[in-house]
Parts: sequence; C-alpha cells; structure tokens
Amino acid sequence: MRILISDDALALACGADAVAEAFAYAAPNAEIVRVSSWGMHWLEPLVEIDGIGYGPMTPTDVEAIIQCHSRESGNPDDAGARSDAQLDPRFHGDDIERLSIGRIADHPFITAQTRLTFARAGRTRPLDLADYEATGGWKGLRAAQAMTPVQIVEAVTASGLRGRGGAGFPAGIKWKTVLEAQGTRKYIVCNADEGDSGTFADRMLMEGDPYVLIEGMAIAGLATGARKGFIYIRSEYPHAITKIQAAIERSRAIVAPFDIEVRVGAGAYVCGEETSLLNSLEGKRGEVRAKPPLPAHKGLFGCPTVINNVLTLAAVPFVLAEGPEAYANYGMGRSRGTMPIQLAGNIKHGGLFETAFGVTLGELVDEIGGGTESGRPVRAVQVGGPLGAYFPRALFDTPFDYEAFAARDGLIGHGGVVVFDESVDMARQAKFAMEFCAIESCGKCTPCRLGSTRGAETIDRIIAGEHVAANIALVEDLCETMKSGSLCALGGFTPYPVLSALHHFPEDFR
Amino acid sequence: MNADELDRIIARHGKREGPLLPILHDVQDAFGCVDEDAIRAIAQALNLSRAEVYGVTSFYHDFRTVPEPRPVLKLCRAEACQARGSERLAKWAMDKARDRVVIEPVYCLGLCSVGPNAMIGTDLHARLDEQKLGALIEAL
Repeated sequence: MRILISDDALALACGADAVAEAFAYAAPNAEIVRVSSWGMHWLEPLVEIDGIGYGPMTPTDVEAIIQCHSRESGNPDDAGARSDAQLDPRFHGDDIERLSIGRIADHPFITAQTRLTFARAGRTRPLDLADYEATGGWKGLRAAQAMTPVQIVEAVTASGLRGRGGAGFPAGIKWKTVLEAQGTRKYIVCNADEGDSGTFADRMLMEGDPYVLIEGMAIAGLATGARKGFIYIRSEYPHAITKIQAAIERSRAIVAPFDIEVRVGAGAYVCGEETSLLNSLEGKRGEVRAKPPLPAHKGLFGCPTVINNVLTLAAVPFVLAEGPEAYANYGMGRSRGTMPIQLAGNIKHGGLFETAFGVTLGELVDEIGGGTESGRPVRAVQVGGPLGAYFPRALFDTPFDYEAFAARDGLIGHGGVVVFDESVDMARQAKFAMEFCAIESCGKCTPCRLGSTRGAETIDRIIAGEHVAANIALVEDLCETMKSGSLCALGGFTPYPVLSALHHFPEDFR
Repeated sequence: MNADELDRIIARHGKREGPLLPILHDVQDAFGCVDEDAIRAIAQALNLSRAEVYGVTSFYHDFRTVPEPRPVLKLCRAEACQARGSERLAKWAMDKARDRVVIEPVYCLGLCSVGPNAMIGTDLHARLDEQKLGALIEAL
C-alpha cells in the first residue's frame, strides 16, 4: 500500500504530521510518501491511498480508513496492518463514505483546472530529483542551453507571459532590457515576498515544486547573462525557506555555473515592492526607490537586474519546453497563459485553482469555491490582496483578466480572492486598509506615510457618525492624493480597497 | 551577549553581498534581540555608522532591540483570516493570554483558506477556534 500525504505548510498546520505518524503506526508495512499538496485545502490533511483520496483526515480516522480501504481493495495484506491485527468489524463503509473523495485526479476541482505551473502539485516528492526529471523537469533548461540569449528572450516575449507579482509587466521585455544593458555583473532576483493576504501560490510552489523555480531562474540567467540569483523569501514562510535551500543544494551542479542564494525577509510587507526588496537585499532599510532608473538598468548593487515573481519564473520552464505558442494559446486578450488563482477567506472550497485567464469572479466564488464556508450569503470579495478592490455581487461577471479588472477600478494583483460573508462591515475593512498601509509604509513619501494615518482617523469619524458627508469627501480627496502622489503601489493602491468599499457598499458608511 | 559568538556570526556573513540582514537574523536568533552592543560591533565590522545599523534594525518588524522573555504567539490579523473570524478570536486570545503570553499580530502566514491561523516559533496552526487557540496558549 502506497500512502501519499502532503508536507506542505498548510497541510502541516492542519495536522498532516500526526496523520502520517498514525499511518506509520497502524500500517508499518505501507510506504508513506510525503508529496506536495493538490491545493484542495478544505480537504487537508488529504491522504491518497492507491489513487483514492481521503480527507480531511485526523489521526483517529486512520485505523478505519486502512481497514475499509483494504477490505474494498480485497486484499487484507494490503493494509500491511500490525501483525496481530484482524479486520475489525467496528469499521464499516460509513467511514470511507464520509472521508473518501474518490480518485483525486478525477475530482471536479482538479479536472476543471489547467495546471501548467502547478502540473506536479500533489503528484511528486518536492525535493526528489528523480521525480522532477521523470515529470519533464529540466527540459526547459536544456532547450534554453541550445538557444542564444536573444532566442530565449524572444520565446518568453512570444509566450505573452506577464509578471505574476501584480503589475503584469511583460516578462520578455524586462528580460530584453537586462540582456541589452551593459554591465559586468547582472542579477536575477526572485521576489518571493508573498505578503498579500489571500495569496499562497508562491509558498505552495516553493514548498511543492522548488526545482521548477530554480530552473526558471537558471533560464533567466542564460537569457540575460546573469550568473547569480537571489530568492528573497519572507520570514513568515519558514518551510518554504528550508525547502528551497535544500533544493538549491541538490541541484547546484545541474544549474551551474548559475548560482542561487536564499535571502530571508524580516517582516516588512513593503519589501514585496521590487525596489524596496532590492534595498533590503543590499542590507538597507526597505525603502522604495524612485524609478527611473529601472531595476533592469540599475538594480541590485547598481547592476542590471531581472526581478520577477516566483510564479513568473516558474512559468518559464513550460514556455521553453513546450514552446511559446503552447502557453499563449491559453488566456484572453493581452492576458495570456494561466493564472494560479488562490481562493481564500470565508470560502467553502478554498485552495489553489490554476486556470486560463477569462474565468469570471462569480464562477470562481460561487461554482468553484462553493460560496462561503459559513453558509451565509457572499457580500464582498477582495481581489488582489490588501491593495485590491472589494467587489460586490453586482460585479461578479468580471472576467479574470488584467485589463477587465482595471476597467472596473480593481486589480487581479497576485491572484488572491478573499471572500467575506454578509457579516462583514465594509467601513471597518476600509479603515483596516488605511491602518495596514500605516503599519507597513516605508515612510519615504508623504501621501503614504501620513495619508494612511489621517485616512484611518477620518474613517473612524465616519464610523462614529461625525460630519459623515464632509468626511467621506475628505477621504475621497485623500485617496486621489495617495493614488497620484505615492511612489509605489502601497500608498498608490491603498485607495482601491477604501474607495471600492465606499462606492459599492455606501450603506456601511452611514 | 557573548562577544565570541557575535564575532563568529559577523565573520560567517561578512564576505557575502549585502551581509547586514543575514547577520541581524542570526544575532536575533542567537541572543533574542539586536541590542546596542551588537549594533556597535556590527557597524564597526561592516564599516557602517551605528545610526545606519540601528535604522535597518528598527525598520523591520522582525527585529527587537530588547529581548522578549515571555512566549510569543503570532496570530494572523490579515483580511483572509478576518473573513474567518480572527478579530473576535484575537480579542479573546489577548484576554486569555493576559501578560503571560504575548499575542503578536502577523500579516499573513499564507494559509488563507484555513484560518484563523497562528505561528509559534516555526510551528503553524490552522482552523483555530477558542478551544484550540486556548490550548495552544495554555501550553506555552
């Protein structure tokens, strides 16, 4: 019997280790394999036995599942149960019925997806090089090694791949700029400072398929002439840090002479902004830099630097291995390829849903996500993290696409979708957006540093019923200043959640 | 503060590109904080002013300049956990913890579909309610 259990941080947080220990005790002959997570988080800890999934498991379910599974498979030895164990009549089909989800690969949540970046999710051992190789690993790097830098850049450009961190800038153009920039030293920097609430795709990828990120960075190195890469991971992701470090050690010879080093953040949300991240890597305060100069011209230590998000770099091996058209065939408009969307918050079926651009917000929340976990009606959905707009049901027909969201004063950002039920107080959420900006502001520019604090105070007055109309006008005006007067997205985009709450849910501000 | 240990940490990272953050992390791990003595030694070794090192130390939420003797539980207070009831739970937890355990806010642990979530050291805990969180606080 082969038992697959994820060792993703979310599975661990839900108790996967205790479940694995219970299996090791109850079925000592079984092979227990720790794999990446399928991303069906409501079912974690999810256990796969001979292709059949059971979840969410607890240690007390283990004995019953082994007994029932071996009875169903008709092979009591299959259980590999303790030598003294007989099939126990106490356990019956009910236990299986309650926890079994059938074949995981056939689950509607999985079959509805197009998994390119997350093709290995749930299927491979994250640090096993043989598993990686057997599932097409290093194919993109080998293809790139046979190409000129210009050809690699052209392939990435032709794929239509845009930065998955939030800004959606075409990756190929960024790479081309670095390729053409003069410099004795160039760097590839991976932005793994995934601080947006409601997002976890970077974390899942680093923990579940670290080699694909390393491969993507090595390809970026070949494309631009950079020999050194840094992965900047937030300190809140200790498991991702450990996995990536181990993966770098194991794959050093494969990507050589390209060399990768992990750097750990220190709890500053603003370091997810690329220039702030570069300052942090240099050992400075994570203050935002004015652009120009672009990082592609003067980035890390003043050298030409490609700085891309985890998902952008991880999408590259597919582009090189299967060709840019294969990637560009997915998607809509100028948003090509797939987006790993993260369903989070008060949602029944939360998790990772990778799909081609174009799926509507309503399909994501109501159909795929199954509505709220609390069972109460969905009232608001925040898309794109703490700097993303709150969408009401009336806008659920918005397709997941950079331009479509922008047209409705929103953004898809890093693809996080946070669902709130009817108990949410949107004035409080607007105030929190301002408070969060105040806590995390780097302090460099005034609209963000002061505006956020004054904004929170003003929303407090609105909540208290003081001069409501005048204070709402003041908040709107302040938001305009922050939008156009801030250096980076922290101050510049905080108005999105604030104004969307005000405009779509005015009843909460009276 | 053990001066030899501090020197070893500085020497271990001194030759890296941009060594300051890795040094600060290791100093904090080893001594529980980055105090004035450490700042002076780091500044001297990296040829920076004490103000520069202090400026970096104070910028990042992770670093402390005085040690925290009490156990710390980081409870996520970001939007996805808010949507799952973290604010009420946080108030409850702070009452429960009183002065014995520090309930610190953290903004996202990347477990946003199974909140409310908490982290103790590097151990993660999901799907928290009063019963589960209470047990965690009591065990600290």
